Amino acid sequence: MQQNFLRKLIFDEKTRALLIQTLVIGIFAVLIYLVTKQTAYNLEKRGIGTGFEFLNIAAGYDISISLIPYDSNDTHLRAYFVGLLNTLMIAVCGCFLATILGFLVGIIRLSSNWLFRNIAYVYVEFTRNVPVLLQIILYYTILLHLPKVKQSLVIFDNFYLSNRGLFSPAPIFKDGFSIVIGSLIVMIIFTFFLKRFLKKKQELTGKQYPIFLINSGLIIFTPIFVYYLMGMPLEFDHPVMKGFNFKGGMVIRPEFLGMLFGLSIYTAAFISETVRSGIISVSKGQREASQALGLKSNFIMRLIIIPQALRVIIPPLTSQYLNLTKNSSLGIAIGYADLVHGFGGISLNQTGKAIEIMLIVMSTYLTISLIISFFMNLYNKAVQFKGNV
Amino acid sequence: MINDMSPYLNSNKIFIWSKKNLFSSWINSIMTIIALIFIYKVGTFFLNWAIFEADFITNFRGEIITDRTFCSKNIEVGQHGACWSIIFVRFHQFMYGFYPVEEAWRVNVIYALLPLALIGILFDKLPFRKIFIYFTFAFPFIAYFMLYGGPGLSVVATNKWGGLLVTLFLGVTGIALAFPLSIFLALGRRSNMPIVKSICVVFIEFIRGVPLITLLFTANVMLPLFLPEGVKPDNLLRALVAVTLFQSAYMAEAIRGGLQAIPRGQIEAAQSLGLNYWQTTRKIILPQALKIAIPPIVNTCIGLFKDTSLVLIIGLFDLLGIGRAALSDITWTKLYYEVYVFVSLIFFIFCFGMSRYSLYLEKKLKTDN
Amino acid sequence: MEQVIQLEKVNKWFDDFHVLKDIDLKVERGQKIVICGPSGSGKSTMIRCINRLEAHQKGHIVVHGTELTNDLKNIDMIRKNVGMVFQQFNLFPHLSVIDNISLAPIWVKKLPKKEAENIAMTYLEKVKIPEQAQKFPGQLSGGQQQRVAIARSLAMNPDIMLFDEPTSALDPEMIKEVLDVMIQLAEEGMTMLVVTHEMGFAKTVADQMIFMDEGKIVEQATPDEFFNNPKSDRTKLFLSQILNH
Ligand SMILES: Nc1ncnc2c1ncn2[C@@H]1O[C@H](COP(=O)(O)OP(=O)(O)OP(=O)(O)O)[C@@H](O)[C@H]1O
Ligand SMILES: [Mg+2]
Repeated sequence: MQQNFLRKLIFDEKTRALLIQTLVIGIFAVLIYLVTKQTAYNLEKRGIGTGFEFLNIAAGYDISISLIPYDSNDTHLRAYFVGLLNTLMIAVCGCFLATILGFLVGIIRLSSNWLFRNIAYVYVEFTRNVPVLLQIILYYTILLHLPKVKQSLVIFDNFYLSNRGLFSPAPIFKDGFSIVIGSLIVMIIFTFFLKRFLKKKQELTGKQYPIFLINSGLIIFTPIFVYYLMGMPLEFDHPVMKGFNFKGGMVIRPEFLGMLFGLSIYTAAFISETVRSGIISVSKGQREASQALGLKSNFIMRLIIIPQALRVIIPPLTSQYLNLTKNSSLGIAIGYADLVHGFGGISLNQTGKAIEIMLIVMSTYLTISLIISFFMNLYNKAVQFKGNV
Repeated sequence: MINDMSPYLNSNKIFIWSKKNLFSSWINSIMTIIALIFIYKVGTFFLNWAIFEADFITNFRGEIITDRTFCSKNIEVGQHGACWSIIFVRFHQFMYGFYPVEEAWRVNVIYALLPLALIGILFDKLPFRKIFIYFTFAFPFIAYFMLYGGPGLSVVATNKWGGLLVTLFLGVTGIALAFPLSIFLALGRRSNMPIVKSICVVFIEFIRGVPLITLLFTANVMLPLFLPEGVKPDNLLRALVAVTLFQSAYMAEAIRGGLQAIPRGQIEAAQSLGLNYWQTTRKIILPQALKIAIPPIVNTCIGLFKDTSLVLIIGLFDLLGIGRAALSDITWTKLYYEVYVFVSLIFFIFCFGMSRYSLYLEKKLKTDN
Repeated sequence: MEQVIQLEKVNKWFDDFHVLKDIDLKVERGQKIVICGPSGSGKSTMIRCINRLEAHQKGHIVVHGTELTNDLKNIDMIRKNVGMVFQQFNLFPHLSVIDNISLAPIWVKKLPKKEAENIAMTYLEKVKIPEQAQKFPGQLSGGQQQRVAIARSLAMNPDIMLFDEPTSALDPEMIKEVLDVMIQLAEEGMTMLVVTHEMGFAKTVADQMIFMDEGKIVEQATPDEFFNNPKSDRTKLFLSQILNH
């Protein structure tokens, strides 16, 4: 009797769950059917076909910044890749700069000097409470109102900053330079093994080696040595004033700089907060216990504080990288030729293939996001504390 | 007898404080001096520009400024101060957009009522809180009637709306609509019905994986494609749809964090008392989870509030959009910094206020437990 | 007897708050000293001055004939010889039990890993939990964690051990297992300074009892004297409170 009743209850619950789910699927199916039908009808009426053939048609517009060769006769597909590369370029540069700035500010926020601490605090509050779009536009405006090319600000003799961007010497790689690069790569691999070897050796004998010092020395000085050995196979093409503009060298355009400053200054404020809270999350007791054991302060930092702080810092740091990457889509506001601006904007207007193009653009961002989250989850699983702490 | 006095006894608190915080070592002292110089330079530069050398209503000759050619900095070579009159002259636009001047009082009424509608949600120890909450629920209808119009009030189409009105409208309405949606998403994501769960997961992760601007574009170009011919949502409504969906995904994640923090024992206790799923959720789980989740929810709201500025890219005139419009007006062009600083300041006040509130809640949560 | 710790007119301030007032204390090799007193009386601060987790501002602290000053070399040397056990264990949550214990031997004493791990196992056996070696601190009970913390200190082979309320964060049933380890340590002749309110432990182990109040050592006596015939009224009051409860 009792058992029968229980069984019935479980059974009931299952049927209910099944019912709800069937209902949900049903509603979704009807919705999707209606929308698809309506969309097909609307598209037909406007004479817009569906399909991805348009990708192979000439795009017909120019893109100001491109990492790969591109002109207006190239296809929309190529325009897509140009945009994607520009998006990735600004994202990588932005994350790099934001990380450096963010860690710096985060550490200053913990400084024992009250003024430094509070200057950093003011920076954080002012940048993270103002829309990033506004900041990008503001920095871009400042860049556009720098002196004209003729009166460029000269930085370190070879860099010229003006309202057309930053002109800098362009490196020209001559024959032996690949060997210099090669030696650098060899050194990086070599030091990786050297590090493992020295660690093993320490485990066996107890003797400690300044591994970091040795390795950075090798990585820095070997290529320099090879560089001189090969007869200095690197020259610079310096920008020179010709008429109204610079000739030669290379230029970093104000659109790129505006994006770079906007994204990294904004994101750095958030990163600094994660860094700060990561470091203070390691309790005072951890430092005291290590001191009581007689560990030196650099070891305490390396073996106790940093490993624990990183666990707290890395997950929010990754989501800041994700945010920065997504915010790089704001390039459209100042004409930075990223994915959304070129492919998602101009291509869309020219072809009218709204659905296809938005689908491609969104899947691209989604893929980038998923890849980054995937690696973050892996990392998180690997470093999780065991047990309850 | 060895003297029992603190070496600091003769000195005052300020001395002790500055010794510890500003001059604890010689490096620290150098840093203090550098910081002071920095603050002095930046401070005087900014204050001179923004206040002491700035034009407000009149220029340095005492003439009333009616266009940019009257700004002191455009008349005299040595003058660099800000020319704030662009803000004063265009104040109506910054606050209401292209809302008819004679109808602006309607917006003002709503601006005045908004704090009353919010206060009941924000502070749980408020006297007569019930009444305030009733008002909160009535507010959207009042706001719709006042802003859009209806019997007795002329209709003001949304394409006339702009400035702070649009920013606040998108922010507040987006958050209000996203809230219930996000609760269902969060519960769905934790449900043990695989189909419901996967729909919620896919929705949340999709929204969080793409930039808001692509959602705005999609809503802008695709909504009309999806819907029957007669139905043509206006631009503001399209943006609102995108903003709401966007916010609901982020809020759902914040709420999920709160749900995860509720110990399993709470559910078991409720179930053993005979409460069913909805009762358990409504009476036991959600009240606790939401309390924990409110600080992160507020943080997503700050994010959304800033992100409403993106609608200028699809051609709406929010605060920043109105600012840009002002700059493209020939009579006022080139006063970039005045406009951007002003708009930043408004955003800052709202966002900083919200972040203080979230901090206050976090502190309260800690002391309550 | 050889004196290993000497405190002479030690004074300390936190800002303008006078925590330690003219503390005089001499500890001989092998002595066990139990320190008690009301909360906030400066017990922790005093023993934390001995391994320089806190710096004193006046007076002298001499450990093993080395005076504690700002000299980092001296501080390092003293910390190597003085172990400390904390109320909150302070184990390193990211390291396994055996790594927690072998960390200092490897990085401070520069021992080979194998050897350090052998030492770690010896001390784990001593605190009776060798089977927990591969676990992480978060997976152990409070009593086990505190015993790992003791083993971690012992692995540096110190000749003085400081204990700051080692059992007050523990559930009653775990207190005994930790006290047993400490009693064993005392029997082996370790010099110990123990801040604790476990009066049973004090009676079995202590050579000297110290009562502190408001930053001063109010009373110092053998356990016999201290419990049966306390001199100061404050000690009497304190004892009546702690023993009746
Ligand atoms: N870092 C610090 N800064 C300022 N004051 C402190 C600091 N550490 C301790 N104090 C103060 O010094 C006094 C003595 O602290 P201490 O921790 O030594 O007391 P205790 O006798 O160990 O007390 P308990 O039994 O509660 O552990 C207390 O009033 C405490 O508030
Ligand atoms: Mg204490």
